[in-house]
Formats: sequence, structure tokens, C-alpha cells
Amino acid sequence: MADVSNEEILKGLGEIVEEVAGVAADDVSLEKSFVDDLDIDSLSMVEIAVQAEDKFGVKIPDDELANLKTVNDAVEYVSKNG
Amino acid sequence: MSGLLEGKRLLITGVITDSSMAFHAAKVAQEQGAQVVLTGFGRLSLVERIAKRLPTPAPVLELDVQNQEHLDTLAERVGEHLDGLDGVLHSIAFAPQSCLGGEFLDAPWEDVATAFQVSTYSMKSVAVACLPLFGGGGSVVGMDFDARVAWPIYDWMGVAKAGLESTTRYLARELGPKGIRVNLVSAGPVRTMAAKSIPGFEVVEDSWGERAPLGWDVNDPTPVAKSVCALLSDWLPATTGSMVMVDGGVHAMGM
Repeated sequence: MADVSNEEILKGLGEIVEEVAGVAADDVSLEKSFVDDLDIDSLSMVEIAVQAEDKFGVKIPDDELANLKTVNDAVEYVSKNG
Repeated sequence: MSGLLEGKRLLITGVITDSSMAFHAAKVAQEQGAQVVLTGFGRLSLVERIAKRLPTPAPVLELDVQNQEHLDTLAERVGEHLDGLDGVLHSIAFAPQSCLGGEFLDAPWEDVATAFQVSTYSMKSVAVACLPLFGGGGSVVGMDFDARVAWPIYDWMGVAKAGLESTTRYLARELGPKGIRVNLVSAGPVRTMAAKSIPGFEVVEDSWGERAPLGWDVNDPTPVAKSVCALLSDWLPATTGSMVMVDGGVHAMGM
């Protein structure tokens, strides 16, 4: 997604995580692990992915979702595939 | 355009993601001319988002089959969107973790009871809750995984499915006089959210394609969706209390 910076993706992702999982958007920083640091369960991850798909116009197949361990993984994926 | 389900009014339960078998059943049903209302459980915001990905965005009603008030008000709430029902897809199952994954001998009764209430008894609960909306008959379809035999890993969910198979026969008996058919689609494994939450279920998935004379793609929910729609249509009018095997033929093979 050439016209959206990684910074904007991170901000958008933070808003989604806050809405879905109740984690403050400011806590959603690149080095955090969704499961270990942000305590997000698998169904919440699915909902975050679905919202991210709608927001950024990407497709995140389930197999890819399993590889997105950290916030940075997700930002990179959206940036490359958007 | 005239489809297999032209004019049919359907209630479809069990959508959680766009890999859900119920999602694909709803999609095929709409493509075939049906009007669809969905029910969702727990994550309504997720189900509502997924419902917008159908060819025609469908309304979503909350339905927790362990909540009697939800069941008691279901017909009224469906009635706000549809003026009656011709078919229902029951695609609901849950078992606590102790019930799945190979610790069959250790699962406590409380967990087994939950699995049974959500996965077996709810077929009756949902069918009865919808009765006021069925006019001159209709079709109730449930989702099964062949429970006539024991599987690795599937454990108490297999027992619950055996109960679902029996529940279907009794419902067929009770509802037949009202013109309502009750059947199951016994599907081969499909990689849905539900399947992926069964630890170790790959054991069952992996060999399916080789054993199936027709072959089997665990990533393709369409054969199951089409078969559900066939049962919801008018084209199996004398079929009730049945399990339709949609498994590539695995059930019929010895090896």
C-alpha cells in the first residue's frame, strides 16, 4: 500500500485492537506480541484481522494470520500486501 | 433468474468467519434466490462484519442456545425480517477443551454436559423455537461429522454428534406430520475456525483426500454448502431423518 505509511498502519491497527480487545491503542507498539504481551485470544485475532481487511483493503488468509506474531509482523504484512 | 431456492426464507446459524461452512451455505443459498437471516453467538460485531461479505448483506440476530430467553424470542425476532420460514440450518457445536484432543477418559461430566447441550440438544431447541414460523412445512438441516464410528481426537464431540444423529431421527418423527423434514449433512473435514480449534485434528484431515474416491479438499467448503442447499430445497421432498454423506465417499470405503 504505497500511499499509506507504516506509521498510519500502526495507528489504524492500534484503534482496531483497542476496539476489539480493549487494549489501549498506545500500548500497541511494534515490538509487542499479540498473544504474549497484549493477551489477545485467537478469536479476537480473527476479528482484528477481519477489521484490518476492511480498513486497509488487504486479504489476510488464516494461514498467514498464524504467522503474524507481533504488531510489527502485522504492519509489515499490511504494508506489503495492501 | 430462477434458482434452486427462489423465494425460500432461511435462518442460518453458525457463521463466525468467512471460512465457516454456514457462511458458504448462506452465500450459495442467496445465489440460488433465498432470503437469509443469520444468527450469531458471542462476537456479534465479528459476525455482523462477516454478514456484510455475503452477496446480499444479511441481518444478524443474537442466539446463544444456552439462553432460554434468546430461544423464546427467536421467532419474533426472525419475524421482523422474514414473514415466515422455509428452512433452518443448524451449524452449532462447542465442547470445552477437556472434551477434545485425546483425553477421552478424563473429561469431567460438567464439560461433557456443556458439549451435549450446545451441540446436540440445541438442534431440538432451535427447531422448536422456529416452529411458529413454519407454515406448510419446511426443512431443518444440521451439520454432522460421521459419528457411527470412533475417531482419533474428536472424543466427546463425537459422542455429541452421535446424539445429534439420533436427535435428528426423533425430530423427523415429531415434525414429519407438520411437513417439516429434518436431516443432517455429514461432512468431511473442512478447515474452518471450528476445525482449527480442535488440537491435533490434522490427523483426521491429512489422509481424507487419499481415502476419498472422489478426492477431498479440506480448504473447499463449497461441496458442503451446495449439499446443505439441496436439502433446504424442494428437491428431496421425501427425505427426512437422514444423514447425507458429503465426504468424497470416505464413509463407504474399507481402506
